[in-house]
Amino acid sequence: MQETWIILGATSSMARAFSRALAERGATVYLAGRDMADLKGAAVDLTARGAARAEAVAFDARDPASFQPIIDKVTREEGTINAAVFVGSMPEQSAIDADPSLIDGTVTDSFAGPARFLQMLVPEMEARAGGTIVGVGSVAGDRGRLGNYVYGAAKAGFATYLAGLRNRLTRSGGHVVTVKPGFVDTAMTWGIEGMFLVADPADVATDILKAVEKKRDVIYTPFFWRYIMLIIRSVPERLFKKLSI
Amino acid sequence: MTWKTTEYSGWGSALTATGEVARPERAKALDKLLTETPAPAFGNRRSYGDAPLNDGGRAIDMTRMDKVLAFDAETGVVEAEAGVTLATLMRLFAPRGWIPKVVPGTGFATVGGAIGQDVHGKNHHVEGSFGEHVLSLTLFTNGKRVACSPTRNKALFRATVGGIGQTGVILSAKLQMKRTPGTTMRVTETRLADWDEQIDALSASNATYAVSWIDAQARGSKMGRGTLEESELVADDAPAPAKSKSVPVNMPLFSNGLFARAFNEAYFRRVPASGKTSIKRLEEFFFPLDKIYHMNRLYGKNGFHQFQCVVPMDGVEMLERMMDRIARSGLASPLAVLKRSGPGRAGMMSFPMEGYTLAVDFPNRAKAIKLISALEDMTGEAGGRLYLAKDSLAHGDRIKAMYPEWEAWVTEVAKADPDGAMVTDMVRRLELRS
Repeated sequence: MQETWIILGATSSMARAFSRALAERGATVYLAGRDMADLKGAAVDLTARGAARAEAVAFDARDPASFQPIIDKVTREEGTINAAVFVGSMPEQSAIDADPSLIDGTVTDSFAGPARFLQMLVPEMEARAGGTIVGVGSVAGDRGRLGNYVYGAAKAGFATYLAGLRNRLTRSGGHVVTVKPGFVDTAMTWGIEGMFLVADPADVATDILKAVEKKRDVIYTPFFWRYIMLIIRSVPERLFKKLSI
Repeated sequence: MTWKTTEYSGWGSALTATGEVARPERAKALDKLLTETPAPAFGNRRSYGDAPLNDGGRAIDMTRMDKVLAFDAETGVVEAEAGVTLATLMRLFAPRGWIPKVVPGTGFATVGGAIGQDVHGKNHHVEGSFGEHVLSLTLFTNGKRVACSPTRNKALFRATVGGIGQTGVILSAKLQMKRTPGTTMRVTETRLADWDEQIDALSASNATYAVSWIDAQARGSKMGRGTLEESELVADDAPAPAKSKSVPVNMPLFSNGLFARAFNEAYFRRVPASGKTSIKRLEEFFFPLDKIYHMNRLYGKNGFHQFQCVVPMDGVEMLERMMDRIARSGLASPLAVLKRSGPGRAGMMSFPMEGYTLAVDFPNRAKAIKLISALEDMTGEAGGRLYLAKDSLAHGDRIKAMYPEWEAWVTEVAKADPDGAMVTDMVRRLELRS
């Protein structure tokens, strides 16, 4: 069956790997993001890799006016409509401490912007009685920590939103997969100290696609992060508040 | 962050470098780097020695610059960024009837790396080197993008193909692929009892892909024995893919003579005396060792050296003496390969010449280094050549004497990179630009 995917934040390393996996199975892919030159190149790349069709579309999480034109385009496609959200921004916590107004942008990029977009898309998915939404959160959303609690809070909000959306979409035969990656070897994490067990974006993409096919609800990738986070979540707060991990 | 300070090495892991590495993912980021802080580029670092290293300096990792820029299913012309691997091209386009015309023994090699070393494959005697199928390439050189091809900026093209990255950073290339009827190979394997049978069989073979494994531990009457593999592209049912395996820790089995001899005996006997024909998947035929991740850990933490030479047709007696010496040393790992090579080469510093090429892995030990030095002398005496993709031990004078177009290359490189921004550890060790 024909499937159309909208990839929000398509220039990211993980999104690129995931779009390529979709292309190789013949999907139609809309690459949404800000760097149009890169996205246009990526669209050609996906076509050569086997996508039924690939197109670059302008999307800015902080500019809601960019949302409707994308939704109008995909609703003209036949078959299922699907979306994968890879957007987010993570300023250094120290930068946020110096300039608290950075919180607005972080929350918009990582939660409010994509949530609003999905909210606009969902009625069309319900009308078609199917389709999958992949929402990429972060293990940082599982517990507020000294190092990045604003980003973590935004991702936690997004995760809760996705849980509610799953509850809603299930009724019409659709599905929502929440993805919580650990450390991934991307342009964003390149050269950052203290990274360990770093995963390749292509492996993360494979995990996500598998979760889509099996209709998994929440996945950690690589899988062992489920256990790492289980431990981190189970530390009592009166102890946790004194730790810096 | 743009730069990451890290220790890295080539495939042989005997030589390492420490320095800042950038790994851009988008054209914009790469352009900025090349304009503001030009540095030599590397791909998956499948060259064995120090060709991809820049100790104490900076380097650009091109593996994330890996977009396919165009593909024409009618003509089989593909344009790809430098970081696209040859295994990727094969996986994407073989089902549509096209494969790269030339691939080396690892599919992890990138388009940029394959050009920079003008690599060859099992079909070199028939279809030439990788660079001969490059229709054009885009180079970032001396502050700007320049297109070159066999007809346009010809000298720059010939200095870039096989030019170990010294003319600038290869951004992308247009390649002519070849037709394949399917995604499988028909492989015929034959036992060869000794050196004479090896040479006779290789020179008599009419197969498009022909290569011999050689038991580099066998002595006396068995010296030079091995198995010949002759193959053709066919359309057949693909067997199930083999599972990937990984060498989890350093496990120096291949540097152990006893293990190597036992392994070789078993490996020789895997082909029945009457020979055997089988159907293999393309990737398992072309890249048999890629299924074993961290294969190089079989040499232990000290790493290894690969000796690869090519000698002209009339150097075959010298090659036999070299093989005998290798066998008597007992130092060779099971990875040893002999093949006939054709005249095909596309650059001034390209390795191939018509004759025979021998490649043998040795553990990184004093005795082996001494042996390799003697083998280099013998190669020179035979009028042969050493391969820069493999070398980590040679001296500059030796290499320069083997490459007749070296001076012309230096002239072109000086024009393309006047500030020496592309200089690598290999170029410093071999004093290739002075």
